[in-house]
Amino acid sequence: MDELTRLTAAELAERIRTREVSAVEVTRAHLDRIAAVDDTVHAFLHVAGESALESASLVDASLDAGTAPASPLAGVPLALKDVFTTTDMPTTAGSRILEGWRPPYDATVTSRLRAAGITILGKTNMDEFAMGSSTEYSAYGPTRNPWDTARVPGGSGGGSAASLAAFEAPLAIGTDTGGSIRQPAAFTGTVGVKPTYGGVSRYGLIACASSLDQAGPCARTVLDAALLHEVIGGYDPMDSTSIDAPVPSVVEAARSGATGDLTGVRVGVVREMGGEGYQPGVQASYEAALRRLEKLGAELVEVSCPHFQYGMAAYYLILPSEVSSNLARFDAMRYGLRVDSGAGAEEVMAATREAGFGPEVKRRIILGTYALSAGYYDAYYGQAQKVRTLIARDFAAAYAKADVLVSPTTPTTAFPIGEKVDDPLAMYLNDLATIPTNLAGTAGISVPTGLADGLPVGLQVMAPALGEAAMYRVAAAYEAARDAEDGGPLIHRVPEVTA
Amino acid sequence: MACPSRDPTGRPPIAGSCPSRLEDFLSSTEGPADTSGLTRDEVAHLARLARLAVTDDELDVLAGQLEVILGAVASVGEVAADDIPPMSHAVPLENVFRADERRPGLSQQQALAGAPAAEDGRFRVPRILGEEA
Amino acid sequence: MSAPTLVDFDEVVERFDPTLGLEVHVELNTNTKMFCGCPTEFGAEPNTQVCPVCLGLPGALPVVNRTAVESAIRIGLALNCSIAPWGRFARKNYFYPDMPKNFQTSQYDEPIAVDGWLDVELEDGSTVRVEIERAHMEEDTGKSLHVGGATGRIHGAEYSLLDYNRAGVPLIEIVTKTIPGTGARAPEVARAYVTALRDLLRALGVSDVRMEQGSLRCDVNLSLAPKGSGELGTRTETKNVNSLRSVERAVRHEMSRQAGVLLDGGAIVQETRHFEEQGGTTRAGRRKETSEDYRYFPEPDLTPIAPSAAWVEELRATLPELPWERRRRITGEWGLSPEELRDLVNAGALDLVEATVAAGAPAGEARSWWVAYLSQQANTRGVELAALPITPEQVARVIALVGSGELNNKLARQVVDGVLAGEGSPDDVVAARGLVVVSDEGALVAAVDEALAAQPDVVEKIRGGKVQAAGAIVGAVMKATGGKADAKRVRELILERA
Ligand SMILES: [Zn+2]
Repeated sequence: MDELTRLTAAELAERIRTREVSAVEVTRAHLDRIAAVDDTVHAFLHVAGESALESASLVDASLDAGTAPASPLAGVPLALKDVFTTTDMPTTAGSRILEGWRPPYDATVTSRLRAAGITILGKTNMDEFAMGSSTEYSAYGPTRNPWDTARVPGGSGGGSAASLAAFEAPLAIGTDTGGSIRQPAAFTGTVGVKPTYGGVSRYGLIACASSLDQAGPCARTVLDAALLHEVIGGYDPMDSTSIDAPVPSVVEAARSGATGDLTGVRVGVVREMGGEGYQPGVQASYEAALRRLEKLGAELVEVSCPHFQYGMAAYYLILPSEVSSNLARFDAMRYGLRVDSGAGAEEVMAATREAGFGPEVKRRIILGTYALSAGYYDAYYGQAQKVRTLIARDFAAAYAKADVLVSPTTPTTAFPIGEKVDDPLAMYLNDLATIPTNLAGTAGISVPTGLADGLPVGLQVMAPALGEAAMYRVAAAYEAARDAEDGGPLIHRVPEVTA
Repeated sequence: MACPSRDPTGRPPIAGSCPSRLEDFLSSTEGPADTSGLTRDEVAHLARLARLAVTDDELDVLAGQLEVILGAVASVGEVAADDIPPMSHAVPLENVFRADERRPGLSQQQALAGAPAAEDGRFRVPRILGEEA
Repeated sequence: MSAPTLVDFDEVVERFDPTLGLEVHVELNTNTKMFCGCPTEFGAEPNTQVCPVCLGLPGALPVVNRTAVESAIRIGLALNCSIAPWGRFARKNYFYPDMPKNFQTSQYDEPIAVDGWLDVELEDGSTVRVEIERAHMEEDTGKSLHVGGATGRIHGAEYSLLDYNRAGVPLIEIVTKTIPGTGARAPEVARAYVTALRDLLRALGVSDVRMEQGSLRCDVNLSLAPKGSGELGTRTETKNVNSLRSVERAVRHEMSRQAGVLLDGGAIVQETRHFEEQGGTTRAGRRKETSEDYRYFPEPDLTPIAPSAAWVEELRATLPELPWERRRRITGEWGLSPEELRDLVNAGALDLVEATVAAGAPAGEARSWWVAYLSQQANTRGVELAALPITPEQVARVIALVGSGELNNKLARQVVDGVLAGEGSPDDVVAARGLVVVSDEGALVAAVDEALAAQPDVVEKIRGGKVQAAGAIVGAVMKATGGKADAKRVRELILERA
């Protein structure tokens, strides 16, 4: 493996800035790595080698000419989840119904990455329309977890997380609707951040559930995630739900956190998260994490969020409802697949949607159609929205007592491919601990905390809306302490991928 | 302000016990609402509404799976929330507008580039059964 | 389907009470669409006023056009509605190829304006108050063209072609409460309401209100109940009613048709019907296999709209004088009867007369110029009155010249002719044609004396007390002066000097 692919994004950016290496060399190293391992990992749906090298050479030319770098990550390669529109690459959202679609516009996140001089290596695999927790629901085959290629990398952003763990990319972008950034981060020993709802533009992000979706950074270190967060975050007039406020100073928070002192920080331990129902190894790793936080000077306070137990139920009503409406546009009329049965438009729509959507997507569309239908709205969708309010209030009360909250990111470690693919409910439980944050529109990060039976475990640190600085600070301090104790980053213990 | 969906944050949590966790989600297959399960015909009706030409085999599988899922999600009905405002948006923003100013859009060629079929600058679609506009 | 028995209109109103309800869709004339920056112009090349948002491309998001909201609030205020302090857009979910997202974004259940009224004036000058239930914002659909088949219509078409230029154009839907008690005047009330609404929207400047281009579209709800029963019958909704005349005809036809069904012992089916322009009839739309379930829910991609009281008042202050206020003011100020006012309106002269008055002319003379001489000229030329190449300011100048005695009526008409002929302003024409009343008293006295001397017999008559005989002398003087004398002064001089 080329040494360049082992470096963090911050280190790569520094070497590129000082012209120790060229952006083209860095990009080529990662493209070579992709060529070597991605047949096995299958993190990418599309690799854009030529355009990546071209964009890297533009960064080189600009730096050689003495121009200041476009951003602190100029020249660093990145893997983009295939749910963001890109004019120069196909965009499928992991679905057959969009196979080969070339969007005529760039997502705001895509534009910001380009403007920052970040090199987009390609588009990563995902559960179809971001619905799933294993990437097995991709129409293009599953992604494998570099820690154990018989296991899933989590989902929906399994491709982005696996690309980091397989050293195919130092940075990636994901989207998190109920845990799709944090759960794969936990499963792959990487870092994943779900920013405050409205913190990163959704324009050009193919919607799963509009009121829950949030784009965020994925990386191998907290600092790298923070650097990427500041590139993609911030107000976008094209997204009505975008917050018109400065991006929290997460890079500064990550740097100061890395010095390792959390004195005076109140860390809320959510009573309802962890313990019974969590895999023993996960629980043990979590408890060790709590002790580490205490050792760093943090004050642990127990908080109770009694309505979190209804989070799953509320989520699986709100999400399918929005999905059923958001995915109605895939109707074979204007773009994407058309199954021309020779009949009228109505039949062609139904035949195309039947052929173009996978089973999980259809399941959720039907569930959502039901939850919104006349006579059931109040009992399902309406009631779920009220529960959502109660969960937001639980958070508000907890944040009155604590600066951040912590929990295990997931109840289990990565599970074998095929184990839950036909058991929707068991699959849904992966997101038990991550869902409340999406419902409340607040922020969360998953950082590696250790291994359980050889598989990574994640610690979730949560913060109130726009409270990301505290979250990054705690996560960075935790990461530094853990790595020091463990003799290095957890990710360096990932086995070499073999075919 | 009269804002039924906004969550006035900062209220103390509702007092009460907090048994929770996985089992609650898994075991709550009988919610209080009369909502458990869907017949095969109801699933077929929903699939028609959603324009999904599902097969008979799929209907059988879906009806079973949806029954399990609905049983689990019905637990939202257990929450006493009559006086709780619904939360339809994750952030309490209001009055987000844009100025009435033109922005460059797509050319006809760009608009039609992804179309399964086009003719005379328009999207060509199978015949439409329905009302005349 | 068997042809319906149509019942004679007089019999319908003898036996039934009609109840009306009208839904009007107005396309706003904003620069851009409801949720994106695309133009809204009518008649552009297909799919050239589109973007990712209005094409419903994956990932695209809507942002509300502030001017559209302002127009909606202004319409609500002009219709005497309350403006909702808080409301959300909802998604109305149904599949149709002319709707790119397969849902329509609409304020359907949380409308921005509720509970208003519009006073509608009928032919005989009486007024009917139509209660407004709500006005809400939504977006228009694209347009489909049906190709193949015998009729070129949707039935029998082989395929359809879609143009999304219109998709996303801001629409305001204005819905009346039920309008009971109109009896035989139901068709007239319906037409008068749509007319009044059109005039109001035009005065507000929020829409082109061109029914033939679809920027104002009307759906007519109608039901019948047995006379005096006080019941509310089953209603039909007739769509596609796209002219004022059609509104009247559609109501009349539905009344006759429904009465036929009811008198045959049948029942009215609650359904959507379509107005057929030729023949003025309605026909049933396609029945849906399954009842519609639009699965409304709050649009998560848009934030709620919460107009502050200050903003609403700011908008109220921008309301122009509304048509009925203007009518009241004009009849008062100009001393016109309602009939005279209607003549002015029908002649298309109201704005012109008002502008002429504003330029300083007395109302009576301004009105007389526009409805008499200038209307004749417009007729002769086959143009609209407003299209005549003369401005209200120029007409006011001519009237002023007459008032000051510098022109007489005959000369004034020549001046107007000159302006219409493109010879410049009234003063230019006066100068170029030398059209000034002879105001040189000496010259006038000489001309009078000369005429008196030439007709001694007339002089005798005048002296004998037959003052009316002076007319012959006036004619001679006018002829001698080329019509430029002030006839009144001439007459005075004749009587003085005869
Ligand atoms: Zn547009």
